[in-house]
Amino acid sequence: MSLFLETLIGGVLAGTLYALVAIGFVLIYKASGVFNYAQGSILLFGALAFVSLKDAGVPVAGALAITVGLLIVTAIAIERLLLRPLTNRSPLTLFMATLGLSYVAEGVAQGFMGSQVRALDLGIEDLPMFLGDIMISQFDLIAAGVAALLVIALSLLFNRTRIGIQLRGVANDTLAALSLGIDINRIWQIVWAVAGLVGLVSGLLWGARQGVQFSLSLVVLKALPVLIIGGFTSIAGAIVGGVVVGAGESLAETYIGPFLGGGITPWFAYALALVFLFIRPAGLLGERQIERV
Amino acid sequence: MTRAVEAGLVRPPFLDVEAIEAVYGASILALHDVSLSVARGEIVALVGPNGAGKTTTLRAISNLLGAQRGALRGGTIRWQGEETRRLDPSDLVARGIVQVLEGRHVFGQLTVEENLLTGGYLRRPSRRQLAADLDRVYGWFPRLKERRSARAGLTSGGEQQMVAIGRALMTRPTLLLLDEPSMGLAPIIVAEIFAIIARLNREEGLSVLIAEQSANLVLDHADRAIVLESGRVVASGPSAELAASGRLAALYLGGADAPTRH
Repeated sequence: MSLFLETLIGGVLAGTLYALVAIGFVLIYKASGVFNYAQGSILLFGALAFVSLKDAGVPVAGALAITVGLLIVTAIAIERLLLRPLTNRSPLTLFMATLGLSYVAEGVAQGFMGSQVRALDLGIEDLPMFLGDIMISQFDLIAAGVAALLVIALSLLFNRTRIGIQLRGVANDTLAALSLGIDINRIWQIVWAVAGLVGLVSGLLWGARQGVQFSLSLVVLKALPVLIIGGFTSIAGAIVGGVVVGAGESLAETYIGPFLGGGITPWFAYALALVFLFIRPAGLLGERQIERV
Repeated sequence: MTRAVEAGLVRPPFLDVEAIEAVYGASILALHDVSLSVARGEIVALVGPNGAGKTTTLRAISNLLGAQRGALRGGTIRWQGEETRRLDPSDLVARGIVQVLEGRHVFGQLTVEENLLTGGYLRRPSRRQLAADLDRVYGWFPRLKERRSARAGLTSGGEQQMVAIGRALMTRPTLLLLDEPSMGLAPIIVAEIFAIIARLNREEGLSVLIAEQSANLVLDHADRAIVLESGRVVASGPSAELAASGRLAALYLGGADAPTRH
């Protein structure tokens, strides 16, 4: 029983990290209808910039501030140079553009900051904690706490601020938002900047765990099944999806793994996502269109 | 000029649309040659059958054609003397023109009140101003107050139309462009909505340009009407005259007594 609980809790906590990555996608998908393939590269870009600054001797707070500034500038540049010229194009065109963007972001990041693996020490020691006889990773617990704080901040932003309400309006019906004089370009800049910051937080947490390196941008591939399971349009869905994937992977590795010779983690999330595509294509909490007949 | 205006000799410019031509996707000609004007304080009806170019005309005025891959190819539109071609939709809303889109387009996932609020932020109002604007709209549409925390997508068609109009009123417009407000609504609800529009016009001096397919309904409330067919203006004049002349009915519109066209 304690093995089961330990596996489950470990999986759930790891899942919050998946959720964090997925939230970055949901934000952009909701506001501009684009699956932003470049989210992983931006995440890598943020983490790499932070590590480089820190290695260059900049204090943590300063490095964080500069990285945040860089991400905001990046978001504005993306909106100006990529989204605005492509307004009203098909979602596929936009998707291809983000694919291109991901190569540019990776190229720039590695060109300036090198491609070797960098260790990132956030000062969180990963000591195991014991709850009765269940072992919990302290790092995972803190990471989950950070994720929870971020989600609370985002939900306040969306539901309590003027920007947030306009942003949900734009996400819901762009033409109507235009007709009311909402500045869509500014809203997009804000959304991309917020998604960049969410990417930074997840990049730092992932990076602290496995080092900051090129493969960090591949967390995109982990986010995809999370989004399919949770729903592309819902932040709550991203959280639930992340937890389901995390817990599922962890339990499957422990209990089914031995029968299949292990190595379940890389594909389990996709198999689960496939099942969801069959039975619930909008995802667990995805918004289905409200339509009057 | 101002003195002439004060003396009532020259009407100050309000909305002037001159010989506009509009295309979709660079090839489909939607408007050939549409000219119209709205004076301050007027209700003008834009009538015509489906596909006549009513929506295109309104979107040309509010600069929303671009969002539908359309464009203005010729002619000029002036709002209070200023040419609008280079203005963004948000500039136009800030200058007092707001459009209520055909099919209402409420933000279905937002509550009724949040929908209204989205219209109110443009002028960066203080909290108190915003609350006052909201109260004003609730004054016009008391039913929205009762439904304020309902999700707009789950309200009735009439309520959604009220949300769409109320949301536009939150921008404090001088000219309201209404696109097919009666679409898909029960006659009694349509009458209620038209009555409110007429009162807004009378009591607040709001000018209105309404596009409507069912002409006899809107002519009761409009001062003047412009008849569009296949992207051209085919008739215009005071609504009473147009209605009396039988010309509208002959053209295709209106009630059950309209003769067929052949």
